[in-house]
Amino acid sequence: MPKALKMDVEASQGVKNFLKHLLESGKVKGVFALKKMNDSGAVSYSLITSVEELASAEPLMPLMPENAGQALSRLTVKEALKEPVAAVLRPCELRAFTELVKRVQGSEDNLLLISPICAGVFPLSSATDGSWEKQMASYAESSREGKIHPGVRKMCQACTSFIPGRADITVAFAGRKDTGSSCHLILDTPRGEEFAQGAPGTPETVEKEPAELAPLREARAARRSEVFKEIDVQGQKGLIKTFAPCLGCHGCMHVCPICHCVLCVFDSKMYELQPWSIESEPESKGGIRVPSGTLFFHLGRMAHMAVSCVNCGMCSDVCPVNIPVSEVFSMVGDQLQKVFEYVPGRDVEESVPSGTYKEDEFAGIGEQ
Amino acid sequence: MSDAYNPRIVGFLCNWCAYTGADLAGVSRARVSSSLHAIRVMCSGRIDPLYVIMAYLKGADGVMGMGCHPGDCHYLKGNYNARRRFVMLESIFKTLGLDGKRIGLWWVSASEGKRFAQVTNEFTELMKTKGPNPFREEMFI
Repeated sequence: MPKALKMDVEASQGVKNFLKHLLESGKVKGVFALKKMNDSGAVSYSLITSVEELASAEPLMPLMPENAGQALSRLTVKEALKEPVAAVLRPCELRAFTELVKRVQGSEDNLLLISPICAGVFPLSSATDGSWEKQMASYAESSREGKIHPGVRKMCQACTSFIPGRADITVAFAGRKDTGSSCHLILDTPRGEEFAQGAPGTPETVEKEPAELAPLREARAARRSEVFKEIDVQGQKGLIKTFAPCLGCHGCMHVCPICHCVLCVFDSKMYELQPWSIESEPESKGGIRVPSGTLFFHLGRMAHMAVSCVNCGMCSDVCPVNIPVSEVFSMVGDQLQKVFEYVPGRDVEESVPSGTYKEDEFAGIGEQ
Repeated sequence: MSDAYNPRIVGFLCNWCAYTGADLAGVSRARVSSSLHAIRVMCSGRIDPLYVIMAYLKGADGVMGMGCHPGDCHYLKGNYNARRRFVMLESIFKTLGLDGKRIGLWWVSASEGKRFAQVTNEFTELMKTKGPNPFREEMFI
């Protein structure tokens, strides 16, 4: 059983105390976590370097203003961090960051990765109207009981990868009955143990995935198949029904942590309507939709990134016309990942399936 | 010419093998389906999945990718990448209930003029039995 640090405060405060200790003792020079921006209710990922500013940090606040993987990539893509920084991010965000590091879009150097066993986050729309705050009591309760909170985002309800795979320190949160009055920081790596030395709390050993988490995992898996059944993307008819409302804002692409290309084909002139198609298509089809290429955009993006989809749900969350983008991409991604036996974010050394090959695979293809 | 349905097939042919193979088929006077609209690419690894999806959505009845046999790639590994991309496309088409039989990848070497004619004709016949791609008539893509 892995070593852990037990603290006699609720989880969010426990993490905060730990971060404060790291910052005060000089073990880290900065903390990367969610922080309240002002009284508007807005939160944002921030790199915090002073203990005073840390007071308004909310490391376990159930909101995702941006995939933290993308945010960390912004900080580290040009140069690795020179001083140690403790980063608190959710499991899907950690997977996203891992995928980005693989793609040379960031660096893990000098980062202490802290990630909770996740109970899900509320939709972004609830950040500004304050509705998430009203649900916090019931959120904490259902988290303790290992139940799915009905207010969290659909993809969070359907997430089965809620235990961080490669964090240095895992915060035991979802499914733990004791999180109201105490919490455990599980020290997964020697690096985590090293940073936790001298931190407030009592050393213990705990299971990372105890039996009490099994019902939550089952409930999430059941919800996942339900969610996949709810969407209709079967064939031409289903795809058009689902994607017809698309405005072409490309918001899903811009918040996607995997879509990192600086020059994306869908943002380029290549994607714009060509004069020849304006002439020829209406002739054969009786008309042309403007903006054109909606389905092409979604299927094309899928072919490029779905194999690395980390199911973070950002795309569905930002869609102004409520297209279940993440649900569709996760469903496709699940199958793609099965084909290549690939788990996004599992291992930073593992190559992305679209960037590697084996000589002796898929032998039937091409020979027919 | 009869009014029989003649499918439109877009083919992406690698410059070094399949395109040369197609040339050989012509020189050898092999009978090759006129349905194929060949586009020369420098390598089958250059066939971005987007090309295949675009051709399919714009109403091509079939999309063929053709490249060098494994191990024979002019650029050493382009065809291995192409193979993975077609496996991905197949999986996506399957999950979304699209007709994955309308797309495919074939290895055709520069000396296989006969094979080029054969696979092209076979694929054309298959597309004939399938009928037109329903996306041909679709205004919303």
